[in-house]
Amino acid sequence: MLIQQIIFYAFAFILILASLLVVTSRNPVYAVLFLILAFFASAALWIMLEAEFLALILVLVYVGAVMTLFLFVVMLLNLSTMKLKGFVRYLPFGVLILAFIVAGMLYVIGPTHFGLAAMPVPAAKPANYSNVAELGSVLYTQYVYAFELAAVLLLIAIIASISLTLRKPRAKTQNIKAQINIKRSDRIRIVDMPAEKPRGQS
Amino acid sequence: MIALTDYLTVSAIVFGLSLAGIVLNRSNLIILLMCIELMLLAVNINFLAFAHFLGNNVGEVFVFFTLTVAAAEAAIGLAILIVVYRNRGNIDVEKLDSLKG
Repeated sequence: MLIQQIIFYAFAFILILASLLVVTSRNPVYAVLFLILAFFASAALWIMLEAEFLALILVLVYVGAVMTLFLFVVMLLNLSTMKLKGFVRYLPFGVLILAFIVAGMLYVIGPTHFGLAAMPVPAAKPANYSNVAELGSVLYTQYVYAFELAAVLLLIAIIASISLTLRKPRAKTQNIKAQINIKRSDRIRIVDMPAEKPRGQS
Repeated sequence: MIALTDYLTVSAIVFGLSLAGIVLNRSNLIILLMCIELMLLAVNINFLAFAHFLGNNVGEVFVFFTLTVAAAEAAIGLAILIVVYRNRGNIDVEKLDSLKG
């Protein structure tokens, strides 16, 4: 019971510290690395919430693919001379927004409504409980239409990102004016040459 | 024991930090994208906490779809960012004022 609390508070502290450093770090490479740390810490929190499959998906897909993409882009673009312009100027607004949002949310989600008395901790699952099987049995029956829509969405994302970043000269486009104005002499060349004898005859 | 309000508090703090980051950050478009990712992470923690404490795994299914949409959003956002960098030579948020908004 105590060890759970220690793990929870440690990972929650790491998560909050990493997200603070994502916001305030000057070097974008450090910001990406702190975001990776935040994802790892929240994956630990998700495992404590008994969502093992999604925690592993977060580490594999997010840290493995999306964050690598971010890191690639940060290192491709030449952003070494980055200054925090306007940071001091907008700092009061930022702190004000942070204070208002956190205070308002803490007022709503305080222990009176969502504490242990109002929402008791659910009983532990049996040892043969499988989170993956449970999720899959809902996902492929009740939400199969939404699942297919998600697949189409990923396909659209692939097409959109490729077509956005494709260089213009390589793009296959039609030039209709040139196609209409074509002459026969541009395409066909008649060559005059003597007929050859087939091989094997002499 | 860890109550639901603890998870919700952590997620509220992360959400507030990322929103403050969007306001504060005026020089780099890529940190804006990362703040949006952090916001989606905070929302996902909320969904999973409620799914766990209410004993209902529909919240986990929703997190699954949110992760899909966030991955697609990150890919397209980075593609737009590369096009912006190619056309303008920087990704400064303050200089992106061609539309005079």
